Amino acid sequence: MKLITAIVKPFKLDDVREALTRAGVEGLTVSEVKGYGRQKGQTEIYRGAEYAVNFVPKVKLEAVVDDGGVAAAVEAIKTAAATGKIGDGKIFVLPVEQAVRIRTGETGSAAL
Amino acid sequence: MKQSWTRRLTGFVLAAATVGLLAVTPLAAPTARAQDNAAAPVAATAAPDANVTAPDANATAPAAAAAAPATAAPAAPVPDKGDTGWMLISTALVLLMTIPGLALFYGGLVRQKNMLSMLMQVSTVTVIGMIAWVLWGYSLAFTDGGGHDKYFGGLSRLFLMGVTPASTVATFSTGVFIPELVFIVFQMTFAAITAALVVGSMAERVKFSACCVFAVIWPLLVYYPIAHMVWWWPGPDAVAHLPAGAAIASGLSWGFGAIDFAGGTVVHINAGIAALVGCLILGPRAGYKKEPMPPHSLTLTLVGAGLLWVGWFGFNAGSNLESNGYAALAMMNTFVATAAAGLSWILVERITHGKASMLGLASGLVAGLVAVTPAAGFAGPMGAIVLGLLVSPICIFFCSVVKNALKYDDSLDVFGIHCIGGIFGAIATGVLVDPALGGAGIVDYTTCLKDGDISTCDTATYVMATQVMAQIKAVLVTLVWSGVGSAIVFFLIKFTIGLRADPEAEEEGLDISEHGERAYHS
Repeated sequence: MKLITAIVKPFKLDDVREALTRAGVEGLTVSEVKGYGRQKGQTEIYRGAEYAVNFVPKVKLEAVVDDGGVAAAVEAIKTAAATGKIGDGKIFVLPVEQAVRIRTGETGSAAL
Repeated sequence: MKQSWTRRLTGFVLAAATVGLLAVTPLAAPTARAQDNAAAPVAATAAPDANVTAPDANATAPAAAAAAPATAAPAAPVPDKGDTGWMLISTALVLLMTIPGLALFYGGLVRQKNMLSMLMQVSTVTVIGMIAWVLWGYSLAFTDGGGHDKYFGGLSRLFLMGVTPASTVATFSTGVFIPELVFIVFQMTFAAITAALVVGSMAERVKFSACCVFAVIWPLLVYYPIAHMVWWWPGPDAVAHLPAGAAIASGLSWGFGAIDFAGGTVVHINAGIAALVGCLILGPRAGYKKEPMPPHSLTLTLVGAGLLWVGWFGFNAGSNLESNGYAALAMMNTFVATAAAGLSWILVERITHGKASMLGLASGLVAGLVAVTPAAGFAGPMGAIVLGLLVSPICIFFCSVVKNALKYDDSLDVFGIHCIGGIFGAIATGVLVDPALGGAGIVDYTTCLKDGDISTCDTATYVMATQVMAQIKAVLVTLVWSGVGSAIVFFLIKFTIGLRADPEAEEEGLDISEHGERAYHS
C-alpha cells in the first residue's frame, strides 16, 4: 500500500477527483493548505501597510492505494492537475505500513 | 500585571481627587438653574468680552447645537412635529453608526483573534458614554457654566433634573423649538461615538478595563468641555433680543466666530488627536512592522462603512435640529462629498500602486464623511465635491507616508482620517461657506428683529480671511485641549490599572484572553 500525497492548485480539485475516480481510487482526504515552491507570493497593500505574502493557497489530497494502482493514480493526478504554469504542484508517494477499516476491522488491502 | 497594592491605592486616590476637583469647581461658581423656557443667560449683559463686540464676532454662526432653553416668550412654544420626528430618527441613525457601524468597520480591520475585543471595546465604551451623558455629561456640556462658562457648563441639569417632556430648546431658526429630551438624546449619541472612535488607535493591545475607565474619565476632561466650547450659545431668539452691541455669552470657540455644523472639531479632531496620544502612550503592537497584520475581513469593514454612511445622515442632517432646506443641504453634502472622497482615494491608489482597493474605497468614504461633517450645512454641493476630492490625498499621505516615517502604531488610522480629515474639513468650512462659492453663508441673528419680524434674519458679512482665522483658532483649541487632556487621562490609567494587556494575552488574542470567546471556530 502506498500513500499518495498531492499538492495541487485549488481550482483543479474537481478535475483531479474525477480523474482519480476513473483510475479506480475510491477514497480521498482533502485539506486546504498554503505553501510555496517556485511560485512566489504576492505583495498585499492595506492602506499604506505593505505585506509580502509568501504563501499561496493550495489543496492537499491524500489517498492510500494498493501498490498495483499507484502508477495509474499518479498519472491521473498529473494529467488532471497540470496547467503548464509555475505552481501546478507536486506528488509524493510514501509507503504505508498498515491500514484498518474502523467499522469492520478489516486490515491491509481489504481496508482500502 | 502584578502591581503592589500601595501603587494601586495611590493611583485610585489620585483618580478620585481629579474627579472630585472636577465636580467641586462648578459648584464654587454660581450657576443659574435653567428653567424651562427661561430667559437667555443673564451673563450676556455681564462683563462684555473684547472679542465679542467686534462686528464679525457677533455674526452668530449656526453652530451645531442650540444651548439654553428657549427665550421667555409669552406662550410656551410648541415643537413642530416634523422637526421632532426627524430628530428622533436622526438619533437612531447615529446609534446605528456606532453599533454596529463603527464596531464592524474597526472589527474587520483587525486580526481574527481580536475581532470580538474590537466589537466589545466600541460597544461598551458607547454604552458607558450614554449613561454618563444623562447623569452629568449633558449638564457639563450644555448648561450655563457661570464663571467658567467659556470652557464648560454647570450642574443645573445634573441627572437631567428639571427636564420634562414639555421642556424645549432652541434650534437655528427664531421661534422654532424642539423638545429638550430630543436634543439630549441626540447629543448623547455624539458623546458616545466620539469616545468609541478613540479606541481604534489602540486596537489589539489595549486592556478592556482601561477602555471602560477611559469611557468615564475622558469625556469629563475632554469631550464635555470641547462640546461646550464649540456649541454652547444662547440660541437665535435670545441673540435676536439682545441690545445692540451686547456681548453674547457662549463657549470659547463659538465666541471666536468659528462654525462647526455637526462636529468636525468636537468629534473628529478631538477623537483623532486623543487617539494619537493614546497610541503613543500605549506603544505599538508586538510584532508591528515585522509580522504581517492584514485586516481579517474587509467584507465586514465595508458593511461597517456602509452603516456609517447611512447613519451619518442622522449625524450631519440631524445637526440642523430642524427638518428643512438646511437639513436637505447637509444630506446632499453628506452624499456628494463622501462619494467624491471615495473616488478620489481609489484614484490615488490606482496612480500610485496600480490597483484600486476596497479598503481604499471604504477609507475614502469615511474620510469624506469626516471632512464634510463641519461643512455639512454650510458648504454648497459643488464645494462639498471639491472637499471630498481633496481630503483623500491628504489623508492617504498621513496614513502611509507620515505614519510609516514616524513609525507610530495608530492601528486603524483614527488620527490619519479623523484628525487630519477633520482639520482639513474644519478649515475648508471657513472657505466653502462663502456665498460666492455656493455656500449657505452665516446667519447673523442680531439682525433678526431689525425689521420687526423676528423670523427674517440677514446673512452676516462674510470675510474669508476672518472666518478661516476663526476656524483655525477653534482647531487649535481643540487640538491643545484634547491633546493635553487625553494625555492626562491615558497616563492616569496607565499608572493605576494599567493600559496595556499582558504580552501573552496580546499574543494569544484579546478575544480569548480578555473575553473568553472566539469570534470564529474554524
